[in-house]
Amino acid sequence: MTGAPSHDPSEAAPLVEARGVSLRFGRRSVLDSVDIAVRAGEIVTLVGLNGAGKSTLIRVILGIVEPDSGEVLQRPGLRIGYVPQHMQRDPVLPMTVERFMTLGSPAPRGTLQRVLDEVGADPILGHPLAEISGGEMQRVMLARALLREPQLLVLDEPLAGVDVTSQSDLYRLIADIRDRRGCGVLLVSHDLHLVMAATDAVVCLNRHVCCTGRPQTVLRHPEFISLFGPHLSETLAVYQHAHDHRHDALGEPLSNEAGSPERSRPAGRHR
Amino acid sequence: MEDFVLRALGGGIGAALAAGPVGCFVVWRRMAYFGTALAHAVLLGVALGFMLEIEPIVAVFAICLLLAVCLLLLERQRVVSVDALLGVLAHAVFAAGLVVVAFMERVRVDLIGYLFGDILSVGVGDLWLIFGTAAAVTAALAWQWSNLLAVALNQDLAAAEGVPVERIRFLFLFLLAAVIAVGMKIVGMLLVVALVIVPAAAARRMVATPEQMAVASTAIGIASVAAGLFASLLWDIPAGPAIVLVASGIFAASLSIPVRGRSRREG
Repeated sequence: MTGAPSHDPSEAAPLVEARGVSLRFGRRSVLDSVDIAVRAGEIVTLVGLNGAGKSTLIRVILGIVEPDSGEVLQRPGLRIGYVPQHMQRDPVLPMTVERFMTLGSPAPRGTLQRVLDEVGADPILGHPLAEISGGEMQRVMLARALLREPQLLVLDEPLAGVDVTSQSDLYRLIADIRDRRGCGVLLVSHDLHLVMAATDAVVCLNRHVCCTGRPQTVLRHPEFISLFGPHLSETLAVYQHAHDHRHDALGEPLSNEAGSPERSRPAGRHR
Repeated sequence: MEDFVLRALGGGIGAALAAGPVGCFVVWRRMAYFGTALAHAVLLGVALGFMLEIEPIVAVFAICLLLAVCLLLLERQRVVSVDALLGVLAHAVFAAGLVVVAFMERVRVDLIGYLFGDILSVGVGDLWLIFGTAAAVTAALAWQWSNLLAVALNQDLAAAEGVPVERIRFLFLFLLAAVIAVGMKIVGMLLVVALVIVPAAAARRMVATPEQMAVASTAIGIASVAAGLFASLLWDIPAGPAIVLVASGIFAASLSIPVRGRSRREG
């Protein structure tokens, strides 16, 4: 058993912590004694294949679903900003960006505009929510979450539906927000390339926690390799190295690494 | 104008006031068939009301609420889909209503009146009930508006932000049952869901925010009641169906309105 979790040096009390969380849907075990903790100023990324229980774990941590056993401890009075996965935007429900942002946390227009600026969104307060692009929607959701002055940001697949050119921007934005606001970030992501570049800790989930720790450590973990395959693990390790190098020397965009998935999607609409 | 016409107009307006905003939520949350299922409980409610000597509107409200809670609890089983479940319960409760009516030999229930509504028979007592209900529904909506809207938009997001989702869902069923109970007096159980959803559907293309839609839906409901009642007196046609036809006409006309905001993208 070499899978002992590497302890974070910062021993500050976590903002939120799940201990031994297990959950079954009927006969199927979805989560099996999962431990995870997020501290202030830390980006923790949850990776895993489809059906690994990532979104379910998020829902348990947020208190939307009660676990069968185990416990979730939140710091008292914790303010959470949540961005759910694929939020349905139903044109049947008329909603402007402005009304969506102020739902549940009223704020003056100036504040709304400032938060939209912070996440790099265009001034789209008056636009119907159902008609903005996927990338804009993610930024609006992020802005809406920031409006609540969260101590913990929980982002489920924030890159889903965002075109490739905006993905690295969005990722950098999340890291910037963490730096500026000092909040903790819990992230679910499919895009391992981007994850490995910006996260502090990775938790690899396959119903149970396969391995956890810093990205470099997790990449070499046998369970990670058996889950995602040796090829991806190597590609990511190369990527990691290349990124460190280029980030220091050139600061080039990250978009022409080998093996980057889903690169054929066209850029967003023109303005 | 004669008194019974004024009472009819008042009752219709009261029902439209309650049905306008509630209907928006029914449309947003795609619960039209759920509402139809609840309306099938009207007959059983009326019959039990006569048997137990309770005001029919109150008995209908209680039975609708009971059915709504049954539906909510049974939704969690996985044997049949929700739409099949709605079909089973709606017809079971309707059949139970017919059987109970058949048992009541001494009291002749005016079945047609409850199936199609009898707005012209609205009495002063009914007016009090209808406006009391409309005031209570409006107050509850205003009190929990933001939470109701959050639940209609996305339940996970609402739950994560501390909205008590289950309680809000129950509150909404309560309001819907109340609207059906007063609406059945106006347009009858077969058309009451139309009074709830048609004005809301007609309002959709005229508005940009949920609040505007609630107001527009209420206004369309009131206009439909007034115009339908007028047509009924003018041409001697049944009032309930006339009201629903006017609302449906407004809906049809609203389809020619372009959806707001689209033009902005094409510029």
